[in-house]
Amino acid sequence: MSAPSQTRAYPSIDLRAVRIILATDCGSTTTKAVLIERQSDGTYSQTQRGEAPTTVEEPFADVTIGVINALTEVGELAGREFIDADGRIIRRSNENDPRGCDLYISTSSAGGGLQMVVAGVVAQMTAASAKRAALGAGAIVMETIAANDRRRPHEQIQRIRELRPDMVLISGGTDGGNVQQVVQIAELIAPAKPRPRFGSDYAMPVIFAGNRDAAPRVEEIIAKGFDLSIVENLRPTLELENLDPARDRIHDVFLEHVMAHAPGYEKLIAMSDAPIMPTPGAVGDILQRIAARDKVNAVCVDIGGATTDVFSVFDGAFNRTVSANLGMSYSISNVCAEAGMDQILRWVHLEMEERELRNRVKNKMIRPTTIPESIDALVFEQAVAREALRLAYAQHKEFATKLKGVQKQRTVGDLFEQGGGDTLVDDMSLGLLVASGGVLSHAPRLEQTAAMLIDSFEPRGFTELAKDSIFMMPHLGVLASVHPQAAMEVFERDCLVRLGWCVAASGEARWGKPCFQFKLSGAVQQSGSLACGDVALVRVPHGAEVEITVEPEKGFDFGAGSGKPMTRRVKGGVLGIFFDARGRALALPSNAADRRLAVASWARAWETFSL
Amino acid sequence: MRVRRVLPVAGEVLASVGERVTAKQPIARALLDGDITPIHVANGLGLNAVEVPSALLVQVGDRIEKGQVIARSKGIFGFGKKEFAAPESGTIESISGTTGQLMVRGAALPVEVLAFVDGEVVAVHDGEGVTIQCDVALVQGIFGIGGEAFGDIRFAGTRASDTLEAASIHAAFKGAVLVGGGRVTAEAVARAREVGVSAIITGGIDDADLKDILGYDLGVAITGSERIGLTLVITEGFGDIAMAQRTYELLRSLEGRAASVNGATQIRAGVMRPEIIVARSTDEVHVQFARAASTEAGALEVGTSVRLIRDPNFGRIGAVEALPTEAAILGSGSKARVVRVKIEGGASVVVPRANVELIEA
Repeated sequence: MSAPSQTRAYPSIDLRAVRIILATDCGSTTTKAVLIERQSDGTYSQTQRGEAPTTVEEPFADVTIGVINALTEVGELAGREFIDADGRIIRRSNENDPRGCDLYISTSSAGGGLQMVVAGVVAQMTAASAKRAALGAGAIVMETIAANDRRRPHEQIQRIRELRPDMVLISGGTDGGNVQQVVQIAELIAPAKPRPRFGSDYAMPVIFAGNRDAAPRVEEIIAKGFDLSIVENLRPTLELENLDPARDRIHDVFLEHVMAHAPGYEKLIAMSDAPIMPTPGAVGDILQRIAARDKVNAVCVDIGGATTDVFSVFDGAFNRTVSANLGMSYSISNVCAEAGMDQILRWVHLEMEERELRNRVKNKMIRPTTIPESIDALVFEQAVAREALRLAYAQHKEFATKLKGVQKQRTVGDLFEQGGGDTLVDDMSLGLLVASGGVLSHAPRLEQTAAMLIDSFEPRGFTELAKDSIFMMPHLGVLASVHPQAAMEVFERDCLVRLGWCVAASGEARWGKPCFQFKLSGAVQQSGSLACGDVALVRVPHGAEVEITVEPEKGFDFGAGSGKPMTRRVKGGVLGIFFDARGRALALPSNAADRRLAVASWARAWETFSL
Repeated sequence: MRVRRVLPVAGEVLASVGERVTAKQPIARALLDGDITPIHVANGLGLNAVEVPSALLVQVGDRIEKGQVIARSKGIFGFGKKEFAAPESGTIESISGTTGQLMVRGAALPVEVLAFVDGEVVAVHDGEGVTIQCDVALVQGIFGIGGEAFGDIRFAGTRASDTLEAASIHAAFKGAVLVGGGRVTAEAVARAREVGVSAIITGGIDDADLKDILGYDLGVAITGSERIGLTLVITEGFGDIAMAQRTYELLRSLEGRAASVNGATQIRAGVMRPEIIVARSTDEVHVQFARAASTEAGALEVGTSVRLIRDPNFGRIGAVEALPTEAAILGSGSKARVVRVKIEGGASVVVPRANVELIEA
């Protein structure tokens, strides 16, 4: 979670003097700006937002034009001048200066973000650690190369040649361990000569974070045409993962090489008061801070047009995955292909014709900016979203595992069989589930957002549901690297919309049989019982505290054990408590007519659609 | 119109400024590094990696042929000597004393870039390619598959709404850029491939047919490298949809002319749409376009021709009647800025501004 090291001298900031903060996130299509101001009580609050098209591509080819446009809009809304006649950000000269800001910071994912190839000796061990380091730094991992990935060396070389990464991360071997296999990986990368995205005069950055004994040989091999940097081994022993040095170096290289070659970024770097962070890296940082502060296991999902990012923190271990082709516009067709149309249509309570739907999906893919006009189009789009989220979460669980190979050394083959590879993601201990991204953030009803989260993530026990109000987590992530107090206050006050709680019984549901009884006391007095297959929504005033007691039937668990009652005190969000007696794992009726009836009854109970 | 044509890697430019070039003429050439084959000599001879250099009969930079003995072990007291033959031909690029591996680089792979359009070279980009200026008619499609193709424009039907069926495709269309009208069927594409049609341009296609043609379900719209025997360009979208009349008429006016077609589509930041380009002489209309342009805020005006691009009115053409400033609640319950469109046939519909596109002429 350490901030990237500086690539230019950033002045030290007197945080007591910081009253007005501007932050931007330069996305692929839109640059989003927010204004954060210190209030009279000394706390920070987000007061205005503005946006403008990102200007990385021709004819502008200068990212700062979009930044200035977005900041100008914020200034107009705030009635305060932030940009001078020369297009520069104005800094306040004194406490009473009516113009300018005290701090400007930015994140960026424009131009496709940071794209990397990672390599390691064993796919499940050092290569997996390298992938975690790259993803945690906010990169898209285009390819993972490992000595045991079942491809022959020439096939691996061919694959590297086809890619155009921004940088390569090589890991492999524990310190003092095998050198030969690590060198072999370097010998694959060097002749493949991966071509960088930005021009032929760009020396491909390669970071070596493997067995330190192999470093001198790697230095000899990765020479001409490369810019090699050597950092501490990211897996110095089998039991230890040390990702921070590699992650920090990735951030540095991102700023020094990738950003410096992207149009206008030199100017952007000069404008900002802290290093520019890759957008997903900033989101990961703020989530880790929240999880640490609240001592809660948390998952955050950001579903976009092309990709879905999942971030998790379980027992302090942070993981991020990017599902590169699961998204709601550019990649919508891929979601349908991967999940299968049957899986999508199981969430639809209306009769729909498959041929027509397939054409609709492709039309959305080729015209990605269109929005659903009718209820049935919205129902279908949210059904696709459920499957995209479900698939992305499954991929995340598969990736976010305990370190593999950490147990007693027997034979190499045994290492892969050991039980150390279980997922870290435990749905029962998940305390906070945060949603962001168009289809979740812009759903006409917040109940739809909550239902999509519950159906696709299937949380068990007690889980709080929330959404990022205006996708401000990137801004707050980078702000946290400079001014953590301001970032946390704005996160709590303006960023997070706490929707309510999902209270779900884990266990195999035999539909119609009793599942659990519940009782609410405190701000709301209510009790009831649910049969397997049922759901209910109990409204609780926003911010009011209620005590929830659940008494499950034998075979069902809320976290205290099978059949054991449980009581929790929770604060109501804007929606209330979503009770779920459909069982886990969630299995829908196999008969289409029964399934449609069930889905319609859930839509009525959770008030997602008026039926 | 200016077309930039460049190599994927640095190479040799074959045309000069002021030169007239034709569409199929190569304008730049390069040699891509040959494929790399790692050869594990240590394993082959049962040696330790450090022993490999002394067992080698060749050195870095040597050209070797498949089957050539390139290493020999010393054996014990001269007995049990083993030889190692090269499994591939190429040039030795490196020898590793750590892993006992040789890297052998195969023959360089030549690549050529064609001019793609008839025109005049107006700029040479050293080692990369050229920019060609040309007077053209340009039709931009919405989606395509397959790469660059050339042929004379021919018509299979008589109306913009005609479904392109297999029965309408005959042997005389060999090598042609064949214009359909409405939806093209999978059978028609198969027949066109049999006949040797170079490219098909038509209004729509069913996704189920596209899956049949490709042999897989297309996940993301990044195309151009498909090898299906022809290039296919869809001008409107998926489903039973007629080609925009304006596009159809423009193509009709170009019947018999040589066309350059590229199906490559990339729908991501930096959108690339498929194109049909026909060179025109300077006494003709300078440049003519028929393409869909995405609508940005403020670009719409009352009276503007638009196409609706989202169900339930997908593909309908109309004219803007009103542009309410306030956002409206849609049937889906979402709030969005809208436009009122009078569609062909007389009815008026209110749709989100995001769901229309301007029809440029």
